[in-house]
Amino acid sequence: MSACLDIRGLSAVLPNGQRVLRSVSLSVQPGEVRALVGESGAGKTMIGKAVLGVLPKSVRVVEGEMLIEGEDLGRLDAKARRTLIGARTALIPQDPLTALNPSRRIASQMTDRLVRILGWSGERADKRIRQLLDEVQIRDPERVLKSYPHELSGGMRQRVLIAAAFAAEPRLIVADEPTTALDVTVQKQILRLIAQLQRDHGTAILFVTHDLGVVAKVSQKVSVLYAGKVVEEAETAQLFAAPQHGYTRALIAATPRYTDPYASLKPVDESVLAGLTAEIAAADKEWRPSHG
Amino acid sequence: MDEARIARRGLSPRLWLAGGWLLLALLAAIFAPLVAPQDPLAQDLMLERLPPFWLDGAEPGYWLGTDSLGRDLLSRLIFGGRIAFIVAFAAATSACLIGSALGLIAGYFGGWADRIISRVVDVWMAFPPVLFAILLVAVLGTGLSSVILAIAIIDWTRFCRVIRAGAMSQARMDYVESARIAGYGRIGIMLREVLPNVLPSVLALLSLEMGIAVIVEAILSFVNLSISTDDPTWGSIIAEGRLSIHQAWWVLVFPLITLILTVLSFSQFGEALKARFDPVLR
Ligand SMILES: Nc1ncnc2c1ncn2[C@@H]1O[C@H](COP(=O)(O)OP(=O)(O)O)[C@@H](O)[C@H]1O
Ligand SMILES: [Mg+2]
Repeated sequence: MSACLDIRGLSAVLPNGQRVLRSVSLSVQPGEVRALVGESGAGKTMIGKAVLGVLPKSVRVVEGEMLIEGEDLGRLDAKARRTLIGARTALIPQDPLTALNPSRRIASQMTDRLVRILGWSGERADKRIRQLLDEVQIRDPERVLKSYPHELSGGMRQRVLIAAAFAAEPRLIVADEPTTALDVTVQKQILRLIAQLQRDHGTAILFVTHDLGVVAKVSQKVSVLYAGKVVEEAETAQLFAAPQHGYTRALIAATPRYTDPYASLKPVDESVLAGLTAEIAAADKEWRPSHG
Repeated sequence: MDEARIARRGLSPRLWLAGGWLLLALLAAIFAPLVAPQDPLAQDLMLERLPPFWLDGAEPGYWLGTDSLGRDLLSRLIFGGRIAFIVAFAAATSACLIGSALGLIAGYFGGWADRIISRVVDVWMAFPPVLFAILLVAVLGTGLSSVILAIAIIDWTRFCRVIRAGAMSQARMDYVESARIAGYGRIGIMLREVLPNVLPSVLALLSLEMGIAVIVEAILSFVNLSISTDDPTWGSIIAEGRLSIHQAWWVLVFPLITLILTVLSFSQFGEALKARFDPVLR
């Protein structure tokens, strides 16, 4: 069986030639949650955008392949790529406020995609949306459907977006820090909901986060990203039990433990970072894109 | 919008005062032959320079007095409103349609479309507007349609700039990206996702522009470049009033008040509309 998402040696550069992604390889198997963890600025969002075909204009992919369920995105024309991405993937975004159109009611935003893109009847879409709202435990769907986004709380908006993401039964969901913008109390509920729907629907998720605590809760596999480079990849349990890379060890040491939140935390070790940076700089000097 | 929300936000007095004046003036203009107490063109040398009704020497039926040819001022103002409103609606709507369309394209699509449109706007705005208008009318010839055309040609840039900025900031929002991921086409996103969010600004600006069009028309008729018939316009009444300011101040003051009230009302009405329809303030 082909992987749900397969990224092979993906490199991307900014107009000034600086690399933002350095030969990134990672795969997500069907029904699996793969965490992509790294500090802010590591390029996690960039990878998500590359998968979804919405990289900023200034970022250029210079090498590598991306396959969704075995289909090579690079071999499709723009229209076929859009159709494939639209049908098989969805995004759970970081900021639930700006991800909803402020001037449209929730109902029309949620059904629109099913009706216009997938060609469902309005009735079928409506039924589907209500079912999903029930799954994300929204108790008063009537009110929510009639609301404008700013009339809902952050947690409520994120529930709506989770429901919307799962509504069209995508094979792969990119969840980009889906709890970062939320209150701590709401974060846990939202994580639990995503995990629940993921299991029920058997959807593969590329789960982007900077928080190893979240990684431990939601994912089966992890890729650790530093400066656009995957420095370690492992089964989640394996990664915590026996981290191989110095950077991963440092990252784990810098993460609060729920069992012992008062244990002293070490900031990520300077010498580890210095070593990594030198290693990456050396690799950049050698590096030539394989094509383009 | 449901009733509860309207009640919660209350009815802004600003909206009602401005809207009320505009409605009154508009209805008077539309039904001018019915509501005007006198024929606005009828001269009567026996009745020249009658003062408004509360002063000594006023005649019943000539509420705001008469001008130096004995024509009834109120009736002239009411008929003048016809041209003012025709110009306001036609010119502002044309400017709005041209400017908003170009602004939306420039702001949403960016790239070379934006570069070309923005360049044209810059060049356009380098002309002083009143001179530009006078020049255009000199070229196009006087008359109602030239005045409308001139205002639209000059003022579309106002819409273009505002809508471009709005569309640009909306285009960066995550919901636009989500729509692209879902597979919507660019035009569909522009019309369905971006346009509704810039619409409140368009409405506010449209109303403001109507006020501006009224002023520009008044200025053009003041310098005798507007409608070259005997039909009264607010600008031409002001121009006449200026000549007899010492004998009959009312011929200058009342049209000025009418003009200012109308222009202010248009701008206030626009602001109030924007507040009402802005999705976040709503
Ligand atoms: N629109 C953009 N154009 C150019 N560079 C960008 C853009 N967005 C982000 N970057 C750069 O790309 C790198 C990766 O950013 P990002 O993927 O957002 O990181 P993360 O999501 O891991 O915090 C950062 O160095 C950032 O400065
Ligand atoms: Mg990010």
